[in-house]
Amino acid sequence: MQPTDIRNPDYFHKVVDCQWACPAHTAVPEYIRMVAGRRYADAYMLNWQSNVFPGILGRTCDRPCEPACRRGRVEKEPVAICRLKRVAADYKGDIRNRLPRAPAHRNGKRVALVGGGPASLTVARDLAPEGYELVLFDTAARAGGMIRSQIPKFRLPEQVIDEEVGYILDLGVKTELGTTITSMKSLLAENYDAIFVGCGAPRGRDLDLPGRHAAPGQIHLGLDWLASVAFGHVKEIGRRVIVLGGGNTAMDCCRSARRLGGVEVSVVVRSGFTEMKASPWEKEEAMEEGIPILNFLVPKEFRVDDGALKGVLFEKVAAQYDANGRRRLVPTGEPEVMMPCDDVLIAVGQENAFPWIERDIGITFDRWDMPIVDETTMQSTHPRVFFGGDAAFGAKNIIWAVAHGHEAAISIDLLCRGEDIAKRPPPLVNLVSQKMGIHEWSYDNVVSDDLRYRVPHREHEVALSDIAVEVELGFDEETAFAEAERCFNCDVQTVFTDRLCIECDACTDICPTDCITFTANGEEPELRRRLAAPAHDIDQALYVSGGLKTGRVMVKDENLCLHCSLCAERCPTGAWDMQRFLLEPALAGHGCSHRPEKRAA
Amino acid sequence: MTFVPKPKLSHPELPKNSLGLTRRDYEGAVSTLCAGCGHDSISAAIIRAFFELDLPPHRIAKLSGIGCSSKTPTYFLGRAHGFNSVHGRMPAVATGANLANRELVYIGVSGDGDSASIGLGQFAHAMRRDVNMVYIVENNGVYGLTKGQFSATADVGAKSKRGVTNTESSIDLAAMALVLGASFVARSFSGDKAQLVPLIKAAVLHRGAAFIDCISPCVAFNNHAGSTKSYDYVREHNEAVDSLDVIIGREEITADYEPGTVETVVLHDGSTLRLRKLAPDYNVHDRVAALAHIQDRERAGEIATGLLYVGPESKDLHENLNTVAAPLASLSDAELCPGEAALETLNAALR
Ligand SMILES: Cc1cc2nc3c(=O)[nH]c(=O)nc-3n(C[C@H](O)[C@H](O)[C@H](O)COP(=O)(O)OP(=O)(O)OC[C@H]3O[C@@H](n4cnc5c(N)ncnc54)[C@H](O)[C@@H]3O)c2cc1C
Ligand SMILES: Cc1ncc(C[n+]2csc(CCOP(=O)(O)OP(=O)(O)O)c2C)c(N)n1
Ligand code: SF4
Ligand code: SF4
Ligand code: SF4
Ligand SMILES: [Mg+2]
Repeated sequence: MQPTDIRNPDYFHKVVDCQWACPAHTAVPEYIRMVAGRRYADAYMLNWQSNVFPGILGRTCDRPCEPACRRGRVEKEPVAICRLKRVAADYKGDIRNRLPRAPAHRNGKRVALVGGGPASLTVARDLAPEGYELVLFDTAARAGGMIRSQIPKFRLPEQVIDEEVGYILDLGVKTELGTTITSMKSLLAENYDAIFVGCGAPRGRDLDLPGRHAAPGQIHLGLDWLASVAFGHVKEIGRRVIVLGGGNTAMDCCRSARRLGGVEVSVVVRSGFTEMKASPWEKEEAMEEGIPILNFLVPKEFRVDDGALKGVLFEKVAAQYDANGRRRLVPTGEPEVMMPCDDVLIAVGQENAFPWIERDIGITFDRWDMPIVDETTMQSTHPRVFFGGDAAFGAKNIIWAVAHGHEAAISIDLLCRGEDIAKRPPPLVNLVSQKMGIHEWSYDNVVSDDLRYRVPHREHEVALSDIAVEVELGFDEETAFAEAERCFNCDVQTVFTDRLCIECDACTDICPTDCITFTANGEEPELRRRLAAPAHDIDQALYVSGGLKTGRVMVKDENLCLHCSLCAERCPTGAWDMQRFLLEPALAGHGCSHRPEKRAA
Repeated sequence: MTFVPKPKLSHPELPKNSLGLTRRDYEGAVSTLCAGCGHDSISAAIIRAFFELDLPPHRIAKLSGIGCSSKTPTYFLGRAHGFNSVHGRMPAVATGANLANRELVYIGVSGDGDSASIGLGQFAHAMRRDVNMVYIVENNGVYGLTKGQFSATADVGAKSKRGVTNTESSIDLAAMALVLGASFVARSFSGDKAQLVPLIKAAVLHRGAAFIDCISPCVAFNNHAGSTKSYDYVREHNEAVDSLDVIIGREEITADYEPGTVETVVLHDGSTLRLRKLAPDYNVHDRVAALAHIQDRERAGEIATGLLYVGPESKDLHENLNTVAAPLASLSDAELCPGEAALETLNAALR
């Protein structure tokens, strides 16, 4: 293998599994260290910079970082990255004087934002301080999108939304609330310098079964029902409720139903329990609230008698796999199951809809009726129109909406400056030795043996009695510290200088996870088989040095490195050093377009 | 010195031996030796060897004298018995322990100062008595612990860190062990675990005094240009006579070798040492030839390493002295103190 080029920012970035997996590339270990040091406001601001909604995301993020977290590969569970973000938000105090302000002088450019969800709000956050005039349109009376209209308040209190949406609107964003955009053509005619479409994926998928429309007061689309609950139009539901579907919406529906009078609430899914789209923790929490999840049941009919819903009829199925491993659900032949109920909530998927975008104005749609959008620039086939969030590539989640918003803001900024939007500004990268003394580092290199701490919950009686009562209480400071200590500090990189190595084996001998091997060089697949410990995860890089005195090379499997610094401590020559790698993704403005192409690490 | 504990977390696919233990279960405390000290690599090799031998740690006793090398038993086999004795006196303590309980596996760790200077007489008698133990000298040519004075194994002409040249002739402990009658003599290098680990395993399996002279660079005081015990020097002048595979128990031997290139030694427990010859015509069973080879290579400025000599497994100390088989600690009061009548009989026999 060629010696690893650690000057390429991607190399060390990938080692920070959580940051790499975060769509907005939040510098996770850096903020976790800040939380451990009780620097909550700093931790909050670092998050705010990259993910814009730390308080909201600290409660609701889909957390792609956690399955990626290295700790989960060495012991049972990853670091509670998400809930430590909430800690930063909970304990930060007043940070308003650290926020940017609307500039006194505008730059004369106008940008329209269609929809007031997290995608549009991110574009606004990034562009407002740069002097852009932003006009945000939303049908709803208040900004926030589905964060406000869908996510139940027992998971996300209203005041957290108000606070973080407020920080953005206070930057001088003009809002046109209660306003639905009905024609893109007319909007384009208003001569905005750019238009950002962040209208989400607003339509709940329906189930076209017999009886579907026979009892309209009792059979609801989950998405619409949740919105009615969120805005206080719906305050109760029947005793017996069936929720159809196994995604996030279904989980929010069933738990909301439990709080509005539903006593026997069940979730019914077509396929297996393990294949459900909902996150494991969502399923767990629903079940803890006394909601059974029944699987391999396909709904056949809504039984309605005299305009009154009696129940739902299900066919029992089993999973069968063909030669290609593809799964089919086949009826078992057992008698159908009739489940009596008072209400049904249909939560079987979410769809995009763009009835207000004319198809003859230069915005091309593909055969699934989705706009064609560039994945890097977020630009549509119309140069002035950008998409982001659920509107761009279908329903995802908040953190993806934020990531799209950042990229769209960069594109809009470049476009308005007359620059090439394909030339993306590089991230800011910084690599600094953490050595303080012979065996002293400026980070806490002791590896904690603690298992993951559970966030305390409010007791069921209280939680289930009021839909506005937040279930999770958040970590207290002590537990937050202990949980923060579980982080390996994967951003503190092991940097190897081959010309200093005397091949004494000290690092190999001490390494607790057998990461380091000195051996003859070879091609990667073959080399992987010759390492000190199994190294079959090819997504995890091998760090290969240049040739050493004996003709061998140092090969480090990055996969399970605990970043404990022991290799560096036991190295007599300083060939190993622990260096903190800080990567700040580029944002619109901040002089980013004037940064040199690629800054060496 | 490293102050932090070694993390308990380990590679999830770490192999387990037949006792269900991983290599990590054979570790000791984090070393307090200088970073890069060869002694630490020998500790790692000992850990690996005992793990691969499936030996229960609590059936092992580790003994040492004084010196950086003698400190190392703290850094391996944390669950074994240990005795850190007086300077140069490890062999006496090991002999005594062995006499008291022959059921444990004994590993003595010493330094070139500990064994070739103050403890030379002790070393000699452990070899000639053929005490059933592994005896490793971690040989760095200096007194590491007392800041790098030349030891008795320093070569003539070797330069100290301060530039002083050694003029006194050096003691070759492997050659001495041969002369003194040890039944297993090897030399190795801390920087070559592929060679060292099998040698330690063979030494453990061998019955009788198994001596390993292991060159182990002192990074603090003897790893400079002009040293003959530095990493670079030893790597350049290392000439192995053979390469060893240890086959534990009665495993099937499958590999094919050219006739005459492999020597097979079957040990008392049925384990097999398979030696691939690297020096042509080297006879590992010929004590005199082994001595000649070592001295010949030394004259040529090279260091002969590998399994240099293995003799017939000895009748060990116990057989020679006809001692009781059971560990002394397991004997009852009546056995230990048979009473007045027995004393009378004994006295009468001596009259
Ligand atoms: C029940 C439910 C629970 C969820 N829970 C989570 C969660 O816990 N964590 C998570 O990360 N994600 C969750 N999501 C997904 C998340 O809410 C969305 O992915 C995210 O809000 C998408 O953001 P967005 O900016 O693209 O659009 P949205 O948040 O969907 O906002 C779009 C806005 O545009 C407005 N709009 C649409 N068309 C027009 C128009 N023509 N004119 C004016 N305004 C218009 C809408 O009124 C809406 O306010 C959940 C979704 C649902 C349905
Ligand atoms: C009776 C006695 N004499 C002298 C000393 C001082 N002393 C301590 S260690 C040592 C030499 C150790 O050298 P070596 O055995 O080669 O160990 P190394 O530190 O090199 O591994 C000496 C002379 C002592 N501790 N006890
Ligand atoms: S241990 Fe810490 S730095 Fe490493 S992946 Fe997990 S959260 Fe990120
Ligand atoms: S920091 Fe060094 S010693 Fe620690 S796990 Fe990583 S490679 Fe091994
Ligand atoms: S002084 Fe020499 S022998 Fe002692 S620990 Fe340091 S390097 Fe090892
Ligand atoms: Mg010494």
